Amino acid sequence: MEHHRERSDHRPQDLPQVLIIRPPPVFTLFEEKFISSKFQFLKAWESTLPLDQFLTNYAGSVRAVLCSGASLITLDIIRLLPSLQLVVTASAGINHIDLNECRRLGIVVTNAAAVYSDDGADAAVGLLIDVLRKISAADRFVRHGLWPAKGEYPLGSKLGGKRVGIVGLGGFGLAAAKRLEAFGCTVLYNSRKQKPFVPYPFYSNVYDLAADSDALIICCGLTAETRHMVNREVMLALGKQGIIINIARGAIINEKEMVECLVQGEIGGAGLDVFENEPNVPKELFELDNVVLSPHRVVFTPDGFMAACELVVGNLEAFFSDKPLLSSVMDE
Amino acid sequence: MAPQNQSQPSQNDLPYVLILKPPPSFVIFGDHFFNSAKFQFLKAYESPLRLPQFLLAHAQSVQAVLSSGGAPVTADTIRLLPNLRLVVTTSQGLNHIDLSECRLRGISVAGAGTIFSADCADSVVALLIDVLRKVSAANRFVKQGLWSSQGDYPLGSKLGVKRVGIVGLGSIGSEVAKRLEAFGCTISYNSRNKKPLVPYTFYPNARELAANCDALIICCALTDETHHLINKQVLSALGKDGVIINIARGPIIDEKELVRCLIEGEIRGAGLDVFEHEPDVPSELFALDNVVMSPHNAVFTRESFEDLRKVVVGNLEAFFSIEPLLTPVVLDDQPHFPG
Repeated sequence: MEHHRERSDHRPQDLPQVLIIRPPPVFTLFEEKFISSKFQFLKAWESTLPLDQFLTNYAGSVRAVLCSGASLITLDIIRLLPSLQLVVTASAGINHIDLNECRRLGIVVTNAAAVYSDDGADAAVGLLIDVLRKISAADRFVRHGLWPAKGEYPLGSKLGGKRVGIVGLGGFGLAAAKRLEAFGCTVLYNSRKQKPFVPYPFYSNVYDLAADSDALIICCGLTAETRHMVNREVMLALGKQGIIINIARGAIINEKEMVECLVQGEIGGAGLDVFENEPNVPKELFELDNVVLSPHRVVFTPDGFMAACELVVGNLEAFFSDKPLLSSVMDE
Repeated sequence: MAPQNQSQPSQNDLPYVLILKPPPSFVIFGDHFFNSAKFQFLKAYESPLRLPQFLLAHAQSVQAVLSSGGAPVTADTIRLLPNLRLVVTTSQGLNHIDLSECRLRGISVAGAGTIFSADCADSVVALLIDVLRKVSAANRFVKQGLWSSQGDYPLGSKLGVKRVGIVGLGSIGSEVAKRLEAFGCTISYNSRNKKPLVPYTFYPNARELAANCDALIICCALTDETHHLINKQVLSALGKDGVIINIARGPIIDEKELVRCLIEGEIRGAGLDVFEHEPDVPSELFALDNVVMSPHNAVFTRESFEDLRKVVVGNLEAFFSIEPLLTPVVLDDQPHFPG
């Protein structure tokens, strides 16, 4: 029997496919928001086939893939997707994508950094005040019934007047800087390149920035250059009162050296949302009152996730309509 | 015998400043913290005598008292100090001083001025972010090793879309507003009087303010009017998604009612630096993840104590040099404070 295919009849089998190897958290939480009349999803994780076989059998004509931090887009995967033209990640970070291979093949990458900046900055500043003013530690003191017995709790340190060094002055960094200015902090920064029209002093490397700062906030992407960029040397330059806040990627900091510095009192404290080997966190940190830990969560809100959904769908719909993408990652 | 150097008064000549109970600074730094070459301290708390006896026996010539929140200056005390001309307090709050009696007797009062406002406002923001984004609760979760075993922690809530309602738009309230605006929040307030030239929406009472905000921040003084200002009606108006932050005075909130609302989920959460019966905190709060507590130390930083030292010593030295006080409190329009 013949099927009459009307051009206006977008039955599911006609819609172009977007491959998902493993669902981004935001997809799992809000799948209904990803429904579009312009594309459908090819869900590799729902198949019992090994991944390479699945891709070979079913993903030959796939032009776009949706991923996130937990769903790596490696060289091997790209090689199994001969039609791939677009990688959309629901995350801010892009370190899980083989960017060299994408560049080589002309594959465009979009991310969702823009929608997470405000929430990320709120989290970074919240963690900084927490560590400086011992908010979580004092809460523990009260919660354990120690106030009547022990009286005063150790003093924190004033935020106003502190020199805060921002590592990476992109969306997150700028949003954090704006907030810190309202508290009377002096903002300094390090970036790959100095930014024109930015009123904050620029430092060409993290060591010099740390030497001149009371706190460092890590807001940059994870790349080959930034891996373990914050090491023992940088932390010693930051000093015994210095505080590190990391809301970017765990591997930007040499975690082993950071744990040593914290345990030995070479730096004053840390607020960490990310780690080198999540969800594993070095147990030495559990006993430290001057360290505040978050399970890669404090930067996220439902609003941020909803906005990420919209941005992801927006990018995909633009792609399939041959319109300009909303948030492609520019090569710098 | 060599004549005494007249430019250096001996210890016996220095005027006395009476202290009823040691202020927090003495507890933390030692009782030399406010030392000066221009006065000496008379420490009532070091005497075995009961206070009225002590005052009658030793304090009749005293002109100045150094007070703090835990060392109230009541009308009874004032009446036992016939030469009292000045009360200096180490706190920004004044509710522990009988201001009416001071005004009646022409006794000057000097407080901490606005030196604590910035640190206090910083604490407010920290507590608010903590409650909304579950910072302390998630910290406990990770440190108990639950991330690897139990997986993801619940999401927190966005700050910038919150409507913030400030109760008491004085020095601290204004610093809070300035900071939260940088996070994108809209600010409204309730105060004794509407403030001209202030760009925030005014509400005539706490209940209406609560009904129109997502985060209620208590920054006002404790007075007869504000005692239990935040009651069942106000908390109900704040609602299930509302958060309350109190860094002012515990009795401004009906604590029993607050605890009940928190346990039953009638408000989203609370950040509390102050309580009705410090240092006792309702133990029901200890099990709640939507509450963040601090031991009345929202203003305590190393830097603010140094600022306080300068202000307290400065006020006392100015007084004894017959110079203007640094941070005088204007007594004419003070509301009535509970005794």
